[in-house]
Amino acid sequence: MAIIETRRLTKTFGRIQAVRGIDLDIEKGEIFGLLGPNGAGKTTTIGMLCTIVRPTSGTALIDGHDVGREPGEVRRSVGIVFQDPTLDTVLTGRENLALHAMLYGVPSGLRRKRMDELLELVDLKDRADDITRTYSGGMRRRLELARGLLHRPAVLFLDEPTLGLDPQTRARTWEYIRRMARNEKTTVVLTTHYMEEAEQVCDRVGIIDHGRIIALDTPERLKQQLGGYMVVLRAKDPPLGTIRALPYVSEVKESDGTLEIAVKEAHLHLPDLLSKVPNVECVETRVPTLNDVFIKLTGRDIREQDPGEDLGGWVESVARYRQRGK
Amino acid sequence: MPDGRFGRELLGTYAVWWRELKVFQREKSRVVSSVASPLMWLFLFGGGVGSAISLGGGSYQSFIYPGVLVMAVLFSSVFFGLYIVWDRKLDVLKAVLVAPVSRVSIFFGKVLGGCTDVMIQAMLLSCFAALFPGVNLWMIPVALGILFITSIAMVSLGLAIGSMFESLEGFQVVSTFLVFPLFFLSGALYPVGDNLPGWLQVLVRLNPLTYSVDGVRGALLGLNSFPIIADIGAVALFGVLMILLGSWLFSRMK
Ligand SMILES: Nc1ncnc2c1ncn2[C@@H]1O[C@H](COP(=O)(O)OP(=O)(O)OP(=O)(O)O)[C@@H](O)[C@H]1O
Ligand SMILES: [Mg+2]
Repeated sequence: MAIIETRRLTKTFGRIQAVRGIDLDIEKGEIFGLLGPNGAGKTTTIGMLCTIVRPTSGTALIDGHDVGREPGEVRRSVGIVFQDPTLDTVLTGRENLALHAMLYGVPSGLRRKRMDELLELVDLKDRADDITRTYSGGMRRRLELARGLLHRPAVLFLDEPTLGLDPQTRARTWEYIRRMARNEKTTVVLTTHYMEEAEQVCDRVGIIDHGRIIALDTPERLKQQLGGYMVVLRAKDPPLGTIRALPYVSEVKESDGTLEIAVKEAHLHLPDLLSKVPNVECVETRVPTLNDVFIKLTGRDIREQDPGEDLGGWVESVARYRQRGK
Repeated sequence: MPDGRFGRELLGTYAVWWRELKVFQREKSRVVSSVASPLMWLFLFGGGVGSAISLGGGSYQSFIYPGVLVMAVLFSSVFFGLYIVWDRKLDVLKAVLVAPVSRVSIFFGKVLGGCTDVMIQAMLLSCFAALFPGVNLWMIPVALGILFITSIAMVSLGLAIGSMFESLEGFQVVSTFLVFPLFFLSGALYPVGDNLPGWLQVLVRLNPLTYSVDGVRGALLGLNSFPIIADIGAVALFGVLMILLGSWLFSRMK
């Protein structure tokens, strides 16, 4: 039986349809990535799965418990790291953990041991007794990860676990997440904007756009859908229509004179392709990424924002995250 | 350790209370300023006015000492409660609220935390009692008891209001239209006998804080207008109402 099971899960906020009928089955022990642009409905979905957002319609079961009817059971079986930081910055690292161990009813005999184990896991042992206000952004995020695992949840939700961190810290944080999933045998459901990183950690990903799951599979299989390779080339006035019509081309994206073309069996077709494009300035091939999948499915780059409000939201959350560091 | 639902809820309440104590320990400057401002009322305001008038046969400073104790409890309690607006803004509460503990248990943890802060402050202020002639030192525990009930009521009121506000802009409104009127209409600074104009008399009698001031003043100075037991009853009744209101609003808070 799947540990998370949603059927037609829907949430509307007034006129905004944030989540429009999501069906998901997530297996025990999986690392599942929910990928999508700003405003796609990722946070709202997670909110419903951990009972803090009431679904407008549809059902969700976590470990067999219905989020609407048995919120207490569900809350005990899930851990969550919110998109926005929620550490208590007046308390030390250890005190933050102790507070949550009590709130989650971790037996007093076990508390110390669990806390030590997890502090070790996220490499915060030597800073555990410092006030968390003095932590860096990456340290705070790691402590939040540890806090989410204290009560050995069956499912851990991570909403943008690497938001606002620098690339090195991001890489290390993913490493911790992998390690935690392995050591604690926890099912992990995470959201992220970083497609390249998602494909490295996730067993399966669901791509969500405008509140709907538009693709759901392993990263490898999603990329195989595109077929073969991505050919990136620069050319003056490329004949877009001709290229799109080629039988071995499955996707073309153009931005300021650079074409990204998904080509099946590029090693065979590259010479033919190049012969169809006059004035090629440079050419390069690469393996496709999940971002290419996203572009094929939505016609947009996940990092390109719908102009306006949504970008503002994201920049603001990064700015908020940074601000907490002070 | 805690088996069953009740044990878990109790541990949740304890956890929230424990957190508030840690915060209190770390913010010692808050303790200093929370004791300093009542002392200014006593010595700078009371000393000045007291040089011009005397009340109840004793000094004006002795007369307002119980009132200033209640004032300190009022201000600290209400603002402690309102502080959850800030906690929510910083998302500190979010992680607490998603835990498998009922809102009511978390509410009680907050109330206890606030009362502890406030009572430490009240005890520090009660150390000054000996400086005021006519204060019956033996009755300080009774006075502290009344202050404790007052504090429970006022922290609950603060939490009730804080649960409804989304932003800190409400602070100013609450202090202007609620806290200050409660204070001025409580008889903390003047006697509330028949000397008052009728409309003021009505407002004073409707003010639950009047009974706190009267009870504490009765205990410490013997200058009460109502029986002390009636004062305690009135404050306790108000406290129960505020707990009900506060826990209800806190449970509905988004
Ligand atoms: N409390 C709310 N009230 C009204 N609208 C909301 C609320 N929460 C979310 N929304 C709207 O629902 C939509 C989905 O938001 P959600 O936060 O789930 O997106 P997201 O995928 O997490 O985006 P991001 O990547 O920016 O975090 C957005 O249009 C958002 O404006
Ligand atoms: Mg989000």
